[in-house]
Amino acid sequence: MQRIGVFICHCGTNIAGTVDVKAVAEALSHEAGVVFSTDYQYMCSESGQQLMREAIREHRLTGIVVGSCSPRMHEATFRKAAAAEGLNSYMVEIANLREHVSWIHKDMKEATEKAIILGRAAIAKVHLNAPLQAGESPVTKRALVIGGGIAGIQTALDIAEAGFEVDIVEKSPTIGGKMAQLDKTFPTLDCAACILTPKMVDAAQHEKITIYAYSELEAVKGYIGNFKAQIRRKARFVDETKCTGCGICTEKCPMKKAPNEFNMGFDKRGAVYIPFAQAVPKVATIDADYCLMLKNGKCGICSKVCGAGAIDYKQQDEIIEREYGAIVAATGFNPIDAKVYGEYGYGTCPDVVTSLELERLMNAAGPTNGTLLRPSDKEHPHTVVFVQCVGSRCTETDERGKPYCSKICCMYTAKHAMLIREKYPDTDVYVFYIDVRTPGKNFDEFYRRAVEQYGVHYIKGMVGKVTQNGKQLRVQASDLLAGEQLHINADLVVLATAIEPDKTARSIGTMLTASMDTNDFFTEAHPKLRPVESPTAGIFLSGVCQGPKDIPETVSQASACAAKVIGVLAKDKLTCNPCVASSDELLCNGCSSCEKVCPYGAITYTDKEFRGPNRTTLIRRVASVNPAVCQGCGACTVACPSGAMDLKGFTNKQIMAEVDAICK
Amino acid sequence: MQVTEYKPKIVAFCCNWCSYAGADGAGSARLSYPEEVKIIRVPCSCRVNPMFILRAFQRGADGVIIAGCHPGDCHYTSGNYFTRRRMALLFSMLDYLGIERERTRVEWISAAEGAKFSKTMTEFCATVAALGENKRLEDLRCKK
Repeated sequence: MQRIGVFICHCGTNIAGTVDVKAVAEALSHEAGVVFSTDYQYMCSESGQQLMREAIREHRLTGIVVGSCSPRMHEATFRKAAAAEGLNSYMVEIANLREHVSWIHKDMKEATEKAIILGRAAIAKVHLNAPLQAGESPVTKRALVIGGGIAGIQTALDIAEAGFEVDIVEKSPTIGGKMAQLDKTFPTLDCAACILTPKMVDAAQHEKITIYAYSELEAVKGYIGNFKAQIRRKARFVDETKCTGCGICTEKCPMKKAPNEFNMGFDKRGAVYIPFAQAVPKVATIDADYCLMLKNGKCGICSKVCGAGAIDYKQQDEIIEREYGAIVAATGFNPIDAKVYGEYGYGTCPDVVTSLELERLMNAAGPTNGTLLRPSDKEHPHTVVFVQCVGSRCTETDERGKPYCSKICCMYTAKHAMLIREKYPDTDVYVFYIDVRTPGKNFDEFYRRAVEQYGVHYIKGMVGKVTQNGKQLRVQASDLLAGEQLHINADLVVLATAIEPDKTARSIGTMLTASMDTNDFFTEAHPKLRPVESPTAGIFLSGVCQGPKDIPETVSQASACAAKVIGVLAKDKLTCNPCVASSDELLCNGCSSCEKVCPYGAITYTDKEFRGPNRTTLIRRVASVNPAVCQGCGACTVACPSGAMDLKGFTNKQIMAEVDAICK
Repeated sequence: MQVTEYKPKIVAFCCNWCSYAGADGAGSARLSYPEEVKIIRVPCSCRVNPMFILRAFQRGADGVIIAGCHPGDCHYTSGNYFTRRRMALLFSMLDYLGIERERTRVEWISAAEGAKFSKTMTEFCATVAALGENKRLEDLRCKK
């Protein structure tokens, strides 16, 4: 018989406000096996833990039930406290009285009753708990960073600086991500390339960093400390080790009809191309959709002009397998497709552009060499209208957009407006907004500068319609403060489109078994206290893949993420989860049902000798579970027809006891 | 005569990674649902043995709901697919035995869907309450 101690936490008034904690402690003190029952204001505090430790000593407790917040919050805390007193950590069970009782119920009587039932269920379970010993597993001292934008680069650099190997996998031919496409950055107006490209070079030259550009993650297996990843190195048709990045092939390529993605399709590039001058790795890539040689077998000019002999038309995708201790998702974002907002004329009127397109139109390395010209007739625009919140902050009824605030648009629009007014003082700039949101260091000052010093016209109200009107665009909008309709003849309309997670994020999330929210942003382990970790152990989050962020925030989150990764890689051994499956060899009939459902291949069959009747020996085929590989899902326990397989910490008997206690 | 409002007994098996966290989310957002729902934490929805559900009905539960990660999002990659197939079979058997389909349910609720958790539980409770007490399978010897 266990000697159980019950500890009911008030959590200040969080629990005690709705649950009569004293009544709960009193009711549970009469349960079989309970030798001590008490309540305390903050069980998780130092003094609360002390109280628990003293009770363990004084009453020789063998099992603990804590009625407190969710086990996802403080289970580890109480397990540690028990372990400090020599009690096995897995003899502690939590009854979730906060998230599952006090926070959702209002009626004191009902809530108290429910709390008592949950307490009883936990006590019933603890009666059947057995001490568990956690095993250890080694740690592969290398990290994988998925995505080579500013977030991925910063995370990789910080991990590498701590002395650990890092691989960056980037799906495009170069690292740099969205930041490489930007012109200037707020609130300092320094050029994006000037601050990003040195970091790209640092990453490329770092002896601990390997960059797999033009590569994609194919599959991931394993668990924290021991991941195995397959990386598909897509065929560039150029030997990366030979190519010097001289660019002669890109000049001589006769097929100059491919849209240049880097310039948002405003100009064309060759079938063989280097995305931009500072690309890392600076290696040419052949676009198989456009290359005449690959399509028709005729041309071969690039191969002839290449002095290094790097062109290889027969190159195939290659799959490499690498091992990692930790994986970082830094998959970034894309602007949404503005075409879904037909009323703004995007896609039909050439002079309606998105903000990212405007970045290219204003960038010195862009298609117009930094001179702001309208895409339609290459004329200088005299009236520019910015439309804010295109697809951001949408209500449930608007299925085209996103419910969240994209966070960066207010600031980059202020930047665009300011840059246009500075370069071309003869241009009128209007910004239509719902709210201007500028929290951040020096952000509001920046926005006010746009209004006060640069004379940008900020108008509260939304644009209803943009139509082509001869050479100009007719913008129909409302001025909410003046309460009137406006009609503006504009030369250029810029849409601040919402940002959304990259399309590949969802499939990568599935591969990593990392949870995502309904918008496809990765979910963090705790929104406040563990913002850079995924709930899945060993998976970390960097940059916009977790939620909208500007560059300063992305960089700080990327470094925070690196610190967490280093925390894993610095360990030689990690403690495994001891709640794993195990098979009772005497009951196992060797049917293989469990082996078939195990997602990790943790179950193997061995022939074992058993003692038979009359001093005979029988050889039987029985299942055995590798505890280091088993993750403890329990699929096998249900598949087992003979009831030989059970899950430690969640045994059939334990769960059944909980069911009984609840249904009593 | 005193009239007491009938309150069904409902057991909810929630997987640790999605639905239990979703229930926590419902708590954090103070999205209430009836107190009749009692949650049992399991590592994965595929840990739920049909035996547990039979036991619950035997002991007088009026409804059983199993909540797991959305298909494709299982923390253990494939656990919820097993749940889906196993429960389809079990529920049709229970239906045959006289435990109405409405008393049993499998739902996919992610860690971010606190609102869905509370909505699902409220709705499930109402459905079960409308059916009334479950008499089939209940073993009266268990009731003292």
